[in-house]
Amino acid sequence: MVAFLIRRFVGMILVLIAVSFIVYLIFIVIPGGDPAQRIAGRVATPANIASIKHELGLDQNIFVQWFKMVKSLLSGTLVSYYNQTNVVQQIKQGIPATFSLCIGAGLIWLFFGVLVGTISAIRAGRVADRFITALALIGISLPVAWLGLVLLYLFADDGLNTWFPPGGYVPLTQDPIQWAYHLILPWLTLAVLFIGFYGRVLRSNILDTINEDFVRTAKAKGLSSQRIIVKHVLRASLIPIVTLFGLDFAAVLGGGAIITETVYNVQGVGWYAAQAIGQQDLPPLMGVTLYGAAFIVVFSTLIDIAYAYLDPRIRLT
Amino acid sequence: MAEPLLDVKDLKVRFATEDGIVQAVSGISFNLEPGKVLGIVGESGSGKSVTAMTIMGLTRGVNARFDGEVLYKGTDLLNVSDSGMQEYRGNEIGMIFQDPMTSLNPVYRIGAQIAEAIQAHEEVDKRGARARSVELLRQVGIPNPETRVDDYPHQFSGGMRQRAMIAMALSCNPSILIADEPTTALDVTIQAQIVELIGRLKDDFKSAVIFITHDLGVIAEIADEIIVMYAGRVVEQGTTRDVFYDPQMPYTWGLLGSIPRLDRPRVDRLHTIEGSPPSLINLPQGCKFRPRCPHAFEKCTEEPQLENRVETPGHLDRCWLDVEFKRNHRDETISPGSEEAA
Repeated sequence: MVAFLIRRFVGMILVLIAVSFIVYLIFIVIPGGDPAQRIAGRVATPANIASIKHELGLDQNIFVQWFKMVKSLLSGTLVSYYNQTNVVQQIKQGIPATFSLCIGAGLIWLFFGVLVGTISAIRAGRVADRFITALALIGISLPVAWLGLVLLYLFADDGLNTWFPPGGYVPLTQDPIQWAYHLILPWLTLAVLFIGFYGRVLRSNILDTINEDFVRTAKAKGLSSQRIIVKHVLRASLIPIVTLFGLDFAAVLGGGAIITETVYNVQGVGWYAAQAIGQQDLPPLMGVTLYGAAFIVVFSTLIDIAYAYLDPRIRLT
Repeated sequence: MAEPLLDVKDLKVRFATEDGIVQAVSGISFNLEPGKVLGIVGESGSGKSVTAMTIMGLTRGVNARFDGEVLYKGTDLLNVSDSGMQEYRGNEIGMIFQDPMTSLNPVYRIGAQIAEAIQAHEEVDKRGARARSVELLRQVGIPNPETRVDDYPHQFSGGMRQRAMIAMALSCNPSILIADEPTTALDVTIQAQIVELIGRLKDDFKSAVIFITHDLGVIAEIADEIIVMYAGRVVEQGTTRDVFYDPQMPYTWGLLGSIPRLDRPRVDRLHTIEGSPPSLINLPQGCKFRPRCPHAFEKCTEEPQLENRVETPGHLDRCWLDVEFKRNHRDETISPGSEEAA
């Protein structure tokens, strides 16, 4: 176990180094990506641009540039090209909103995904299954931005009904009720896609597992059908769901809920990333990407540990 | 004659599939008395497993149709609801399956899986169930049961897993143990141990046994009565003695001829039954074995009934051939080459 953790930790560091370098490279390579040119404005002279480049260190070797940026990011001194705000401070500010959105949505989509997947599998081929399948496919197909805007239009202030506020975020510590009230629509919007997807995956897993010999053995023991479903079928079918959930959850925690945060003006990490993309502002992008990548690598290690716990045949190596 | 524990009367099982109606079992009848062993023999698809699973109520589904009766201590199990069957499964009738590699749940400990069966039927606490599991594992010959009880299935060998399955099936002292090809997935030396174990445990637990196999050699030692099935039908039925020493059905001869035997002169090649079993959707007319039978004649286009054609009462078969003709010719199939040797 210790050897496993050490090996995975070294792997994580290597992955993060590679990710940060690739992000830097992409940003420098894209047309119009040169920050000096944009900072200098439309009527800049070449001398102007050159001096900005020198100031930002952009005239140096690309490896040196990249190394300096990562170093200042890790020491917490990296600032935006656009408005000089501190990147690490900004990400920290966004974390409560992002976590509130993602943990709530994650619980909703996990619960309903498992619920509809199980119902759909048990009632396979019947009306309930067909109904859920149709809903799931609709849920998977709805673009998040469109769904967010439609929900706002239908249920929020300035729309047809005024049941919900038109976005924004109220900290949990300030007012728990307002916190939840503001987050209901964003939670649903973010969860819908995953509910549909998890439901489909779980349905087919259950239908595979239900034909396993050990399920027949469980039935031959005289167990009740609920116990067979929960203890024998669901237990085996949920293992792939653990992977899916781990990675999806890590991605949204890491700032992946860009569209939902933007549509509902929840000023979290994803929202911050969206701003930075709009301004082609490299330092915040670098910060958010590394922050997100760190979640992905940490969660994938957690998934492997959970696997070894869920399936005793798997050894951590 | 003792009161029969299980009385199966003209059981028929059909499944509706996309290709048509599958006549999986078309009429099987037998009695099982306490302490007796019934062997059901036949090729894949002959209906032997479906018969066993139907007794347990494991073949139910929207596409399945049943006729006849399965009387267990006087109750027709075909009419018991699926949840009502929970009382019988494991508790009154225990079952062992073919492949011990896949029949145990890989994510639970062996002991927990046995304890689960016990707790499904009896009011025992966890510790009591665990102690019983250890004791059962000891009875089926698992070494160090106190520690092996906490192993996972993948830590057991194939033979040990089948022993664990037997322990699980016997955990609630069932009156009937159904063994559905329990030795097929195991190698030969382990096969003999498992058969011997089942033979011994049925006496310890006073259970009757239905032993399903495609290998007549496996049950020669322990069966009291044998049913030979072909294409969902019983083609020969009688005591083990009748079936081994006076087999009436050319199909039975083929099965007997395909077993290597030490008590007969050695032959270069064992007998093979040419061809494969018919599709259960589209059965041949007349005797179902006719297309593969070397002795088929005109009359075989008419289906023979299962009836008593020999002197021994209770020895039934489905063959039009003359009994004397069969007695003179069957050794050509059962032990080819032995005439010259003798």
